[in-house]
Amino acid sequence: MDPFVTLTAPAVPLDIANIDTDQLLPARFLKKPRSAGYGNFLFHDERKPGFPLDDPAYGRARILVTDRNFGCGSSREGAVYALVDGGFRCVVAPSFGDIFAANAAKNGLLTVTLPEEVVTGLRRQLQEMPGATVTVDLPAQTLIGPDGQALSFAIDPFRKECLVEGLDDVALTLRHQDAIDAFDRTDAKRRPWVVPATD
Amino acid sequence: MTQQPRSLFEKVWDAHVVATRPDGQALLAIDRHFLHEGSFHAFGMIDHAGRKVRRPELTFAVADHYVPSHSRSKPIADPEIANMVTMLEANAGRHGLRHFGLHDPAQGIVHVLAPEQGLTLPGLTIVCGDSHTSTHGAFGALAFGIGATEVSHVLATQTLWQRRPKTMRITVDEMLGPHVTAKDLILAVIAAIGADGAAGHVIEYAGSAIRALSMEGRLTICNMSIEAGARAGMIAPDDTTFSWIEGRPFAPKGDPFDRAVEQWRTLPSDDGAAFDREMTLDAADIAPVVTWGTSPETAVPVTATVPDPAAEADPVRAGQMRKMLDYMGLAPGMALEEVAIDRVFIGSCTNARLEDLRAAAEVLRGRRAVVPGLVVPGSAPVRRQAEAEGLERVFIDSGLEWGEPGCSMCVGINGDLVQAGERCASTTNRNFPGRQGPNARTHLMSPAMAAAAAVTGRLTDVRKLGAA
Ligand code: SF4
Repeated sequence: MDPFVTLTAPAVPLDIANIDTDQLLPARFLKKPRSAGYGNFLFHDERKPGFPLDDPAYGRARILVTDRNFGCGSSREGAVYALVDGGFRCVVAPSFGDIFAANAAKNGLLTVTLPEEVVTGLRRQLQEMPGATVTVDLPAQTLIGPDGQALSFAIDPFRKECLVEGLDDVALTLRHQDAIDAFDRTDAKRRPWVVPATD
Repeated sequence: MTQQPRSLFEKVWDAHVVATRPDGQALLAIDRHFLHEGSFHAFGMIDHAGRKVRRPELTFAVADHYVPSHSRSKPIADPEIANMVTMLEANAGRHGLRHFGLHDPAQGIVHVLAPEQGLTLPGLTIVCGDSHTSTHGAFGALAFGIGATEVSHVLATQTLWQRRPKTMRITVDEMLGPHVTAKDLILAVIAAIGADGAAGHVIEYAGSAIRALSMEGRLTICNMSIEAGARAGMIAPDDTTFSWIEGRPFAPKGDPFDRAVEQWRTLPSDDGAAFDREMTLDAADIAPVVTWGTSPETAVPVTATVPDPAAEADPVRAGQMRKMLDYMGLAPGMALEEVAIDRVFIGSCTNARLEDLRAAAEVLRGRRAVVPGLVVPGSAPVRRQAEAEGLERVFIDSGLEWGEPGCSMCVGINGDLVQAGERCASTTNRNFPGRQGPNARTHLMSPAMAAAAAVTGRLTDVRKLGAA
């Protein structure tokens, strides 16, 4: 996974709440291998005239600024592949679906959560200045909007570390192999029924 | 030694922490891992890294999302769909996993099959690459959906890194009225708190209305926790839970069962356990509901009218309401009971268990459906039992189709689609744009309400239907 450190890029505003992963990646594309080019499926059924992602005024946007509960719904990681393969590295919203946010971090896509009125303000600025850039500095946890104002955001330290380092967590987990083995041994005595009877 | 009172969630969480990091992330041991056809990305990741499945005996593969609802004796016509079903079998076979394939007598939707087979037990940690894994919390398990990279992590390590979520208790007292079901209850909860109202939280459902529910009803409640944004939903195990589990194929038997029950009885939240948030609801206030928009949070009593965006003070929200009404083809102020529907779907991991089919059949018995509809049982055992009870005859006699178990028209990826522009009365969990097919319009409701809509051809208050 590509590490995420800083990014300055055009941002595109999307005034829609509760964008779910079915909209990000319609279910019929779920059977496609990643090599099929998930970027082509991003928002596939939403791409009608006037859809901001297709508006050339926003340039080659790499940052999406949207409304609350982005990425709710199905756990499909393909929704994240579609955004990443479509060129996005960062999504800014007042809130995210939990599973989506976890999937995003595992694929180098940064999710920035900011208060609703702040995000609405960012979308207004972008609508007034289409093509304006936004800068995200993950180590410093700041986002600089088109008006030049620096906004700081919170992020889970583990998620931040994985993003900045581009870490694969299986390797990290295997450092705890002894603890996992010890847990399994004790648990087998404590809760012997956990391993199911075979049918 | 006096211990801090702990909640059900805290007890299950604490019992599974293998290691903690200084930043508060915990490495959780996972007791059950369910896979479906969509797990091919995750198998690709572990195969690519040359890793094996650490605990194959705790890992189960289930064909449900892509399986056909009809003509199972014939090969699947669409090669891409057929490939999804055979790829799961091949991946499960290569890694030595128990696979519930298309022709397995236990086959069904993973969230119906696992409880039914006795794989879902109280106090377990359960994950699956599917957001409705929250369903299994009905047994007092901590169960949640994960993405493909996490699936590959669980396959390789049987653990998962998690930040401890916050807790929320929703207490529902009093009794649900006649024809008001668990589906109406959970939709009312989601409407009250919003589609992201429980984000970052694990919900515990408590109170006399919850205690009074069957396991089927509890599964429906926990299933839709994710539609309120919750990480998971949980209900304390009790005698209803234990008697459901006893004797199921994979459940502990004899002395191990008795010892398990003894431990499971210690799981319910202690008196005085603290929750980050609390909410109470009176079950008697809940009416049969339907959704009018493209989010489950748009659930309203069926007796209501379509809301008017002009009455919404926030211009952004008003704009979003207009967009939903436009997609749904509805005008503000219309009585919902006047909205004509084109088809009915009774099925999904939310509402395709025996109790659901009985409730729908009770409404349909002796009546005719005036629109086409499909009834898809949640599992092969549900299907057999429904046939033994004559429910399938009721559906067929009323004019509805009777399908083979699977996800079917809930997500449409086996080819069972609602056509563009069609309006479907559906017992599923999501009414998102395009969920049941491109430009399909979905109204969520209970099985009895969907059956009532089939009979009248419009959204209908099942309480007004009277006897056939
Ligand atoms: S029935 Fe629907 S919600 Fe349930 S697992 Fe299948 S596709 Fe998902």
